[in-house]
Amino acid sequence: MQTKLAAAPEDGPMHLSIDRATAAAPVGEIKITAKDVAVFYGEKQALFDVSLDIPGNSVTAFIGPSGCGKSTFLRCINRMNDTITGCRVTGRIELDGGDINDKKIDPVLLRARVGMVFQKPNPFPKSIFENVAYGLRIHGLANKTEMGDIVEASLKRAGLWAEVADRLHQSGSGLSGGQQQRLVIARAIAVSPEVILMDEPCSALDPIATARIEELIDELRSQYCIVIVTHSMAQAARVSQKTAFFHMGKLVEAGRTDEMFTNPRDSRTQDYITGRFG
Amino acid sequence: MTDAALTTPTRGAARTRQEGLEARLKVRRASEARFILYGRLAIVIALAFLVVLLGRIVAQGWTTFIDYEVTVPVYVDPARVDVADIGGANFDMLVAQSIMKKLAIQDDDLGENLGKVMELSSNDLGFQLLKQVKADHSLIGKTVTVTGPVKADAGLYFKGEIKRSTPPDARKLNDLQLDWLDRLKKTGAVSSGFNFDFLTKSDSTEPEQAGVLGAVVGSFMMLLVTAALAIPIGVMAAVYLEEFAPKNRWSDLIEVNINNLAAVPSIVYGLLGLAVFINWLGVPRSSPLVGGLVLALMAMPTVIIATRSSLKAVPPSIRDAALAIGASRTQAVFHHVLPLALPGVMTGAILSLAHALGETAPLLMIGMISFVPGVPESITQSATVLPVQVFIWENASERAFHERTAGAIIVLLAFMILMNLAAIILRRRFERRW
Repeated sequence: MQTKLAAAPEDGPMHLSIDRATAAAPVGEIKITAKDVAVFYGEKQALFDVSLDIPGNSVTAFIGPSGCGKSTFLRCINRMNDTITGCRVTGRIELDGGDINDKKIDPVLLRARVGMVFQKPNPFPKSIFENVAYGLRIHGLANKTEMGDIVEASLKRAGLWAEVADRLHQSGSGLSGGQQQRLVIARAIAVSPEVILMDEPCSALDPIATARIEELIDELRSQYCIVIVTHSMAQAARVSQKTAFFHMGKLVEAGRTDEMFTNPRDSRTQDYITGRFG
Repeated sequence: MTDAALTTPTRGAARTRQEGLEARLKVRRASEARFILYGRLAIVIALAFLVVLLGRIVAQGWTTFIDYEVTVPVYVDPARVDVADIGGANFDMLVAQSIMKKLAIQDDDLGENLGKVMELSSNDLGFQLLKQVKADHSLIGKTVTVTGPVKADAGLYFKGEIKRSTPPDARKLNDLQLDWLDRLKKTGAVSSGFNFDFLTKSDSTEPEQAGVLGAVVGSFMMLLVTAALAIPIGVMAAVYLEEFAPKNRWSDLIEVNINNLAAVPSIVYGLLGLAVFINWLGVPRSSPLVGGLVLALMAMPTVIIATRSSLKAVPPSIRDAALAIGASRTQAVFHHVLPLALPGVMTGAILSLAHALGETAPLLMIGMISFVPGVPESITQSATVLPVQVFIWENASERAFHERTAGAIIVLLAFMILMNLAAIILRRRFERRW
């Protein structure tokens, strides 16, 4: 943890401190492929022909100024845009080669494979145990005896077990912001997804809690494909292996984190990273 | 630099500006004070109306809950009671004769005094005597003590409603009868107490024996039918409209129509009930079943509107969280959204039921105005409800019934208050913080 905090302060343009060990870590096979994905809210187009490969067993960061479409694209991956009235998605998104927008695919089952963590922690107003167990219950992934074990394992993995072991049956809403976010992550990993999507998971948290979550993300990447949307370039530099830069609904550039931040190819990327806008 | 110096600049233009600000602040504060005054005045006026209304009702009706009873030792004259036909004997006359004996009243040849004495005690005493003698024939020839209410007008005299100061032609009891009543009271045969009979007996042609039990049971049965229909159907309809129905022109049309239904005059529902339920479907007239059906139609739009607004108040983050973990829409609604909306739903349901409890106009149309002397045993039997009972008694010619009207209103209000309290308690209990 000390290493991360020491790497955090921004030294200035083009000298973004990157945790070389994290940024250069190996990535797995391509997990998610997007081809010419466009999203319309009614008549207004929010995403223009985004094509991107996302590798597994690693962290991919989406960066860009506000309103550039990164959260919209993130929500395409688990088809949460389907729940927004008037939202239309075109193009092809593949998870392990299978088209997720295929008529035969049930979004409910897709979301068991692709979990999501939101910006503002949203635990259910139930007990901590029930929060983590809910996904297991509705997908029938555990019987009564296994339930307790899986809940414990998930909370341990999320780094929350030590703090809540003695109050599993108290309400989840009684936890602090950072604890709630870790609870939400435990809830997501309890159903053993393959992909975890995180939409600005730390923006509502203080720096200490943020550091803990980033550490957790680093631990989880060996097992899951993690996609994180962040408005903090420093965070992207700290946790991700691949970075994609969005601007005004278009994917401007995507590549390995260490290369993107030291040697961006597009001038817009360079401008953003050096702080000229956004 | 002190605080005073910070807020009161002394230099030129800043000083003028400050003075302007202070002057305008005075105006703002004054208008604020006026507004607070108007608000308080409005509350005082509303409360005053409430106090006056309730005060009048309670003042008029509280005497209903006091009754006067007379205890008479009745000699069961074997000459008048035939063992073979006990029911044919005139027990009221026996009671009156015993009273005359007690007061040492002589009767004239025409038996007028006997008739006048019979106007003093209720025929309930005669009924009691009849039952006792039928059960035990050996009582014939003995003296049996019975206690029962005085007749309605006698009760009114004791409560001060019938006064000697009114000319005798204008009142129901003449001076002689009033004398006899006073003497009965002096002998200690008359006692007063809480009128439990009012709450345990049903309607009757005799005011002193009339109670609200039949109406209360009728109201209760009808509310059960209303609740059983309006709440499940209303809540399900609202859940569908809010969570599942596609938002297009049709759903807008439905929403407008539901809001309109809530504003339709209640008597229209009565006409509907008469035409459809009674005439076409043949549901028994004047039963809690048809009353419940009509009121369910009335209560449903209110339940739908209350449920929808409770569902709207649940933050979308809860729905998103449920969907993101892989819950289907139905699971997200029933496991998460509806439980959080429950306090609002329950409040809406109970309030709509409390509203239905007081409805009169539609029930008059479907025939619940008939005189129902007993307690209904099933939802298909003839019944009456509390507000209609109030209406019936108010229109009765006997003066004693008017006192009972106010008494019945007090019972009705007590029910309303109980239901509203229940709504508040249940809401508090089920409220969850998120």
